Amino acid sequence: MSGSAEETKKHVDIYMKVAGALAVLTVLTVLASYLDVAVPLAIIIAVIIATAKGSLVVSYFMHLVDERSRTLIFTLALTVVFWIVLMLVPFLTISDTYGVHKPLPNADAAHAEDEAH
Amino acid sequence: MEIPYTVAARPDTGLNNVKLGIWLFLASEVMLFGGLFSTYVILRIGGVDWPLGAEYLNIPIGAFNTAVLIGSSVTMVMCFASLKLGDFAKYRMYMGATILLALTFLAVKGFEYYEKVSHDHLPSHSTFLAIYWTMTALHGLHIVGGVIVNGYFWGPGSRMWHVKREMFENRVEAAGLYWHFVDLVWIFLFPVLYLL
Amino acid sequence: MENVTTAEHVAHAEHAHDEHELSFLRAYVFSVDHKVIGIQYAITAMLFLLFGFSLMMLMRWQLAYPGAPIPIIGNFLGQANAPGGIMLPEFYNQLGAMHGTIMVFMGVVPLAVGGFGNYVLPLQIGAPDMAFPRLNMASYWAFFGGGVVMFASFFVPGGAANSGWTSYAPLSIIALEGQTWWLIGMIFLITSSLLGSINFIVTALQLRAPGLSFMRLPFFVWAQLVTAFLLLLAFPPLEAAGVLQLMDRVADTSFFMPSGLVTTEGPLEISGGGNPLLWQHLFWFLAHPEVYVLILPAMGIVAEILANNTRKPLWGYRVLVASVIFLGFMSFIVWAHHMFLTGMGTAMSAFFQTTTMIISVPSVVILSAFFITLYGGSIRYNVPMLFALAFLPMFGIGGLTGLPLGLSAPDIHLHDTYYVIGHFHYVVAPGTIFALFAGLYYWYPKATGRVMNETLGKIHFWGSFIAINCVFAPMFITGLVGVNRRLYDGGMQYAHAQEVMEWNAFMSYGAWALGLFQIFFIVNFFWSIRNGKKVGDNPWGATTIEWQAPSPPPHGNFTTPPEAHRGPYEYSVPGASNDFSMQGQATGAEPEPAKV
Repeated sequence: MSGSAEETKKHVDIYMKVAGALAVLTVLTVLASYLDVAVPLAIIIAVIIATAKGSLVVSYFMHLVDERSRTLIFTLALTVVFWIVLMLVPFLTISDTYGVHKPLPNADAAHAEDEAH
Repeated sequence: MEIPYTVAARPDTGLNNVKLGIWLFLASEVMLFGGLFSTYVILRIGGVDWPLGAEYLNIPIGAFNTAVLIGSSVTMVMCFASLKLGDFAKYRMYMGATILLALTFLAVKGFEYYEKVSHDHLPSHSTFLAIYWTMTALHGLHIVGGVIVNGYFWGPGSRMWHVKREMFENRVEAAGLYWHFVDLVWIFLFPVLYLL
Repeated sequence: MENVTTAEHVAHAEHAHDEHELSFLRAYVFSVDHKVIGIQYAITAMLFLLFGFSLMMLMRWQLAYPGAPIPIIGNFLGQANAPGGIMLPEFYNQLGAMHGTIMVFMGVVPLAVGGFGNYVLPLQIGAPDMAFPRLNMASYWAFFGGGVVMFASFFVPGGAANSGWTSYAPLSIIALEGQTWWLIGMIFLITSSLLGSINFIVTALQLRAPGLSFMRLPFFVWAQLVTAFLLLLAFPPLEAAGVLQLMDRVADTSFFMPSGLVTTEGPLEISGGGNPLLWQHLFWFLAHPEVYVLILPAMGIVAEILANNTRKPLWGYRVLVASVIFLGFMSFIVWAHHMFLTGMGTAMSAFFQTTTMIISVPSVVILSAFFITLYGGSIRYNVPMLFALAFLPMFGIGGLTGLPLGLSAPDIHLHDTYYVIGHFHYVVAPGTIFALFAGLYYWYPKATGRVMNETLGKIHFWGSFIAINCVFAPMFITGLVGVNRRLYDGGMQYAHAQEVMEWNAFMSYGAWALGLFQIFFIVNFFWSIRNGKKVGDNPWGATTIEWQAPSPPPHGNFTTPPEAHRGPYEYSVPGASNDFSMQGQATGAEPEPAKV
């Protein structure tokens, strides 16, 4: 992010375009939520739009597209790897139940209580 | 001896201390919010039933707040650009706008919280509301922190511009990186909590 | 420094320091100098180590003589904890939980990372200070605050946290108030570690002296760098988990509380729907890397001392560096081997067994390289070297006994028995803590300009070495028999364990003897500050940059800016006039004779 006034002015142009794109995507994500689709598909759509918005912010507002420092890129890549590991935690906790119909032991606790009365 | 590379970038890493420091901090923040998002997924998968966000939350208000926060990110990046162009007055204006937008966000959020409390939709009501309160409150605290930092650079801290220009630019850049990150978290929080 | 109000003056603070006489508070209490902060960290952490050790000595009385009143000390524990001097089970649980918490989070890590990292790392890379001196101070005071909260929790109604140092849900959530204090204390400690780790990484990457390329960094710096990355990326998920548990306790949420939970007081009034395993995953996501946070700095210290006292280059420097990086990386994907008994399924178990077996490879590489370093050296058996040498077999025992625990089949029998206690204490107590003692004896002359007394040091070493093995070796026996680690009576209730019960008293004698031998260290440590033998800047004839600075180093550390001209371990270079070639000595220039 060094550079002359010229360059900065060019950047300002890009910022404005990114701002416009973010506004459009925000509207889009709200509209998409009114679509009558199954929940898994709705999640996929919402996550894709959010990722697109996030990438724009990270790339242009946080200047990662211009980043040339290998130290920084390595550090962030490492973070992303461990972040992915962290996001796998939910799937580790339920990996046993894939394809097996196993209702939670307490799923009908309220019901059982009624019967007891 | 003075501490080197406080302002100029070190040739072999291509970074100054401040920039590396703030990025490392953001890396830890990624893991912090990662833990919470992970929790969200686990609770949702394991939950017997999970409400749609709209059952409890007001989508237009959430969308408005999203726009406000993205707007503040734009003004924040304009602050930095104004400094680069050497226009201090514009910098003050944009920084002031960033702070006002952040305060607007907090006010709207406060109104939402007030609504929840008055409907007795407290964290103990359900797991959905628990994760909603925890994540938005933690995010809100990050906004408060950002307002304090930005307020400092708008007010007393901005004197540095006249003394050590480059150092001040670096600091505003670091504050900006933090602010964009807070915005980024909200970009994911909004659809996850309100829309799904 | 008094008139420094805004941040831009930080860089100039160095000059200000030279020009003004600092007030006592600024110089010794709220100091921003990495050396003062390092010493503050070290002393606070050593006090916590002593405190945590005392808790264990109390527990060992209960284990040796279940139900017998504790002599003398028992009268001071309070009626709520030990009526008539007889320890209550609730109090025993508090001691157990707090012993673990204090030793790990307030003792070993702050000493190894906060103490040694702060003091030695900037000196070793030829830096005037840490990259962010005021952040460094904030990190210490956050640690101190966390320590105060933890300590105070003993005095709240119901006492300190008593759900184990792992604080497993849902037990910890229905526990008494002490658990809330534990969580708040942990949030302070985590914040401290995060601030510290950012500072360490920036310092190690940015502040290296000219010529000090990555492959010329001393191994200690590498170990601290990897450790800092572990702290940076593994601690935040625990912070998140801590916040969630705090919500569960304070705001009655159900993050970790399943539906339909019933206690002795009837069904709980909660919304339910949470997942207790989530706590374990988030906790071990931190706590397994934490194990490497405990061991890596110790390995770094041992590497420095081995090379110095064998007067040989460290064997396989590049392999060591690669191993330590790989170790750090792998430590993030082995955490679930602590959870084989949670019923997580064979596929997951197989995955985590595999990664666990893989992570043992770099550990073995590092240990082997250390052993090979000894080969053919003319070894100086001074006190730091004795502790460093003892580290090798002790860490070896600790590591090898870990293998059966990493495989899910034997773990079913061994999980939560004394075998586990024996295993990780061998890694951390005669392993890490011995390495830390080695480091204290080794760098003491740098911090004070005097060496610690050799005779007292040798008594301390041999006494501790024998006593500590008497404590932990029998644990493998009782553990293999199947005695659970958390029992208040040490396993007396087990019919099948009667014949190993005699070991309980034996281990307790070992623990108390270990306590006695620490007196030699404490006396030596304080006595030598004023009365130790005066030595020059480089008493051990070492090569790394910190020995170029005056002892003790002034503010700003170096009189002339150091520069690195060679690798860190150039001992006994053929043709050189000394048996050590200092990193900062220009090629061709005659090395200064060691001022011993």
